[in-house]
Amino acid sequence: MSELIRNSIRFILFLLFEVYVLNRVPHLHRFISPSLYFLFILWLPFVVSPRWLLLIAFVTGLTLDYFTQSPGLHASACVLIAFVRPFLITVLMPRDNSDFNYREPSPQSLLWAPYFIYVLILTLLHHGWLVLLEWMSFGSFGDFLIKLIASTAISLLLIITVELLFPRNMRYRTNVGG
Amino acid sequence: MRNVILFIRRYFTFFTFLFLQVLSLWFLYSFNKFHQAQFLQTANELTGKVNGRYKKVENFFALGDENRRVHTLNDSLYNLLSRQYIETDTTRRLVRDTVPSDTLNKYRRYYFRPAAVIYNATSGEKNYIQLDRGAAHGITENMAVLNSDGAAVGVVVNVSPHFAQVMSLLHVRQKVNVALKKTGDFGTLEWDGVDPGLLLLKGLPKSVSVKVGDSVVTSRYSFNFPPGYPVGTVAEIVSDPGTNFFLLKVKPAARFYNLQYVFVVENLQYSEQAQLDEQTRKRIEDPKRNPR
Repeated sequence: MSELIRNSIRFILFLLFEVYVLNRVPHLHRFISPSLYFLFILWLPFVVSPRWLLLIAFVTGLTLDYFTQSPGLHASACVLIAFVRPFLITVLMPRDNSDFNYREPSPQSLLWAPYFIYVLILTLLHHGWLVLLEWMSFGSFGDFLIKLIASTAISLLLIITVELLFPRNMRYRTNVGG
Repeated sequence: MRNVILFIRRYFTFFTFLFLQVLSLWFLYSFNKFHQAQFLQTANELTGKVNGRYKKVENFFALGDENRRVHTLNDSLYNLLSRQYIETDTTRRLVRDTVPSDTLNKYRRYYFRPAAVIYNATSGEKNYIQLDRGAAHGITENMAVLNSDGAAVGVVVNVSPHFAQVMSLLHVRQKVNVALKKTGDFGTLEWDGVDPGLLLLKGLPKSVSVKVGDSVVTSRYSFNFPPGYPVGTVAEIVSDPGTNFFLLKVKPAARFYNLQYVFVVENLQYSEQAQLDEQTRKRIEDPKRNPR
């Protein structure tokens, strides 16, 4: 399966899951709004150039926005994490990469601890930006902080669950195709 | 010049980032102002189609509940039919003198259109509902939306040819004029984004006697909602000693989690009322044209 098809399927599945499952589940608490769709951006292959990353992230966010009637909100947060992603990967990439031939960021390719930091920082940024934009239109600073922490915690929980449920074991890039 | 081009090429990624970020923030803020986002009409058609497919599956699981509700409503409508009444006295006749008459001796003020809910969220602070009827079916902005029990749900804020977006009562910018059923005193219904089970009723003077459990209905002063339809019941009375007004917490009558079929209500005199209101404001409040 080519990278393009695999990622297109992922795009559709993540968005459908976000719109029809996570946005539909009855309200846990007003501070907790789980979201998972941005994992699509975290999972994009290493070979995608920073510019394409930004564009893909923008389209992802905007598609979700048109479903949730908030044009620009998620797009803005996605563009932000897509901009930060390459820097983080350069920092967290294993030092000895003579035999490094993984396709995309995963607990196997970056190892669990760095991968967790990678996910944590980008999740914090994503939720921080979303909640900040909401907070600027209404709400108080206390709410802002609690909401950021609660949403990040529940999203991390979801992401770790997804990682354990669906281990991505397309390990090596072969010479033919890909 | 060469240096400028080199500079731009060097930081091209950063500029792309800035450009996309500004673009999305512009989308966001222009939307909040006018409820009219860029490309939203087109996107509305697309998301509407996907939502419609999904709803077909979901509807199946809630048929029983909805049937029961429709049955109850039909039942109450049967009771309103004229053949359920007998005239006992032929010398008396009901005369309506408030509005001009047409040939049927009645002047229709509200027109109900049925619609199905195809997307609905309650988890955010700004919740919208999408309906499967749009401009092609005669839906326009500012029409009121009631659920199948007749309880207030929201107001249409945006329409595309085949779909309409409704701003739910669970939206922090929503303001609806409502009244206490018992006394008729009116106030404004708002929501603070905290608990989807509690709406806020503000602006009701403390001279009114209110008890927990009192019904709140749509007010006769509202331009878009027909009067007398249920909004909720008073759940808690917060008495703020600083002001002369009550702050009432109202439990909504409509269940926002499982909305399926709704009525879109058109006030046939809406544009005339709104125009008159606007003209009055202009005439009285514009100091330049009317020096006093």
